[in-house]
Amino acid sequence: MGILEVKNVNKRFGGLKALSEVNLSVAENSVHAIIGPNGAGKSTLLNVLVGKLIPDTGSVMFDGQSVLGRTPYEINQMGISRVFQTPEIFGDLTVMENMMIPCFARRDGSFELNALTGVSKQVDIREKAEQMLIDMNMIDKRHMHSASMSRGDKRRLEIGMCLAQEPRLLLLDEPTAGMARADTNNTIDLLKQIKAERDITIAIIEHDMHVVFSLAERITVLAQGTPLVEDVPAKIKGHPKVREAYLGESAAA
Amino acid sequence: MLGLDKKDMTTLLVVAALVLLAPFILNPFPANSAMAQFNAGYPDLMQRFVIFGIFAIGFNILFGLTGYLSFGHAAFLGVGSYSAVWMFKLLSMNVIPAILLSVIVAGLFALVIGFISLRRTGIYFSILTLAFAQMSFNLAYSVLTPITNGETGLQLTLEDPRILGQTATESGGIPVTNLFGIEMRGSETLYFGDWSFQFSAGYYLCAIIMLISFYISVRIFRSPFGLMLRAIKSNKTRMNYTGLNTKPYALAAFVISGMYAGLAGGLLASMDPLAGAERMQWTASGEVVLMTILGGAGTLIGPVLGAGFIKYFENIFSKINESVLHSWFSFLPESVENGAVWVAEHFVGGGWSLTLGLLFMLVVTFLPGGLVEGGQRIIKLFRRRKADDGAEQRAAKSHPAE
Repeated sequence: MGILEVKNVNKRFGGLKALSEVNLSVAENSVHAIIGPNGAGKSTLLNVLVGKLIPDTGSVMFDGQSVLGRTPYEINQMGISRVFQTPEIFGDLTVMENMMIPCFARRDGSFELNALTGVSKQVDIREKAEQMLIDMNMIDKRHMHSASMSRGDKRRLEIGMCLAQEPRLLLLDEPTAGMARADTNNTIDLLKQIKAERDITIAIIEHDMHVVFSLAERITVLAQGTPLVEDVPAKIKGHPKVREAYLGESAAA
Repeated sequence: MLGLDKKDMTTLLVVAALVLLAPFILNPFPANSAMAQFNAGYPDLMQRFVIFGIFAIGFNILFGLTGYLSFGHAAFLGVGSYSAVWMFKLLSMNVIPAILLSVIVAGLFALVIGFISLRRTGIYFSILTLAFAQMSFNLAYSVLTPITNGETGLQLTLEDPRILGQTATESGGIPVTNLFGIEMRGSETLYFGDWSFQFSAGYYLCAIIMLISFYISVRIFRSPFGLMLRAIKSNKTRMNYTGLNTKPYALAAFVISGMYAGLAGGLLASMDPLAGAERMQWTASGEVVLMTILGGAGTLIGPVLGAGFIKYFENIFSKINESVLHSWFSFLPESVENGAVWVAEHFVGGGWSLTLGLLFMLVVTFLPGGLVEGGQRIIKLFRRRKADDGAEQRAAKSHPAE
């Protein structure tokens, strides 16, 4: 039994069958990549996992509990954190404030009316956020306005914010999309380091084969809303079906 | 001190000094001079400054922090006033129970309206609050006449029970609002040569409550709750995907700002015990939006400045009439004088809102951060000058004249 179990999920948008009979099992403490050509249903699947979309049929279980019908913040509190394709951070706040918010969410839950004590008095939260910034190697940027950082730094901060919640499953939606090669390699190294240091399951949706094959322990290939194959990276590379659906196409391009 | 850091404490002390010394600061001109009409240090106007300051401080907690633009906050002001007047009619003329009730009722009212309006965001939220406020206005104006006394407004009468107080004074008049015997309309005048300064009990009650409100708002700004509200303004998606439920946060901010508005309404009624439906009209809701933006939304002191600025214009500019203008321009040849008066009179008296409109446009265009940003720029300019002077002096020293 994996930590995340997707069974017979179907999702239609009008006449378009975005997901049909999707089955997926992500093993605990693994790095699982989901790849597929454009329009394969990767993003739809991700949106189902985080509660943004509700599938027409099927079930999604996280650690033995159904996530269906729950709102994104409830699913997050269950232990699933999501990193977006374009970094979603609090652009108006400083880096330190950005990092403190997930620490509060972890300590106080989804709502806490803590209106009369100063943020500066929350020593445990400050220490945790500072430690997290040290881990992310961005403590020197703590007073920076987060919107003014480079895309690579925003991504690093966003991943750090997700980790500050101590999630059991980290979902990444094309984390290196639109990044320069150096930033991409930094992100790969960061994710490798995270995996080495923590008990965490990572599910990653990615276009960039370099990223996928450097990180993933298992790969699921989606095509036209259905999982085509699921296997270890070495076997995926040479799989004729995958070549036909995906790698052939990208090799030609 | 008081759980504030040094910078916030300085801000609080500056506001406290301004508010407590207002009778002096606002009366800079001798009572009989030509400039006396620009004096704003009379109790009625000073009370308005601080009461609308409270209103704007509360509005800023919602708008400045979360970015939710409510166009119906006057409804809470009105509800607060009605509640206070009812307290004066039924219980006693002491202002404390009246103010408490107005805060509680406005808070409950805000809970209901906020719960429904916060199902939408952005412009739809604004329109919903506007709709609720106009509904409240119409209810107060006609439908709920038994409670609100319709278009006449709710007033005290000699038949009111006032179970803990007296129905009528010994001389047969309606008793006045008081704080444990201190009459709210009572005031002392201090003469100082040609100058006169008025100290009113009502003003100082409002001033102290305003300082407490301001202090609470500073605490809210610096609290984890305030941080969450700023996070809502910045990125709701990230809030949701960080396991935080934005709705109760926004609702709490809405209710708190509604209670501030109710407090302001209660104080208005405590100073002058009557309440009319026009206090809930959309123009009154718009005014607090203007105050907050003009002063600087999201800043601590901005709303207070904005409220003072607008109330000053409303009361001082509107009093300048044609004859005053003629006396100003009398040094000009008559034909030019008439022309100048004709142009200027559109901007004063009843046309004061035209001046306000122009100023608002200028501020929003050139100082998007409001008056606070203007102040910051001036301070920066001074600092730079000082730094430049210092640099020049140092340069002069290092290159002595040959």
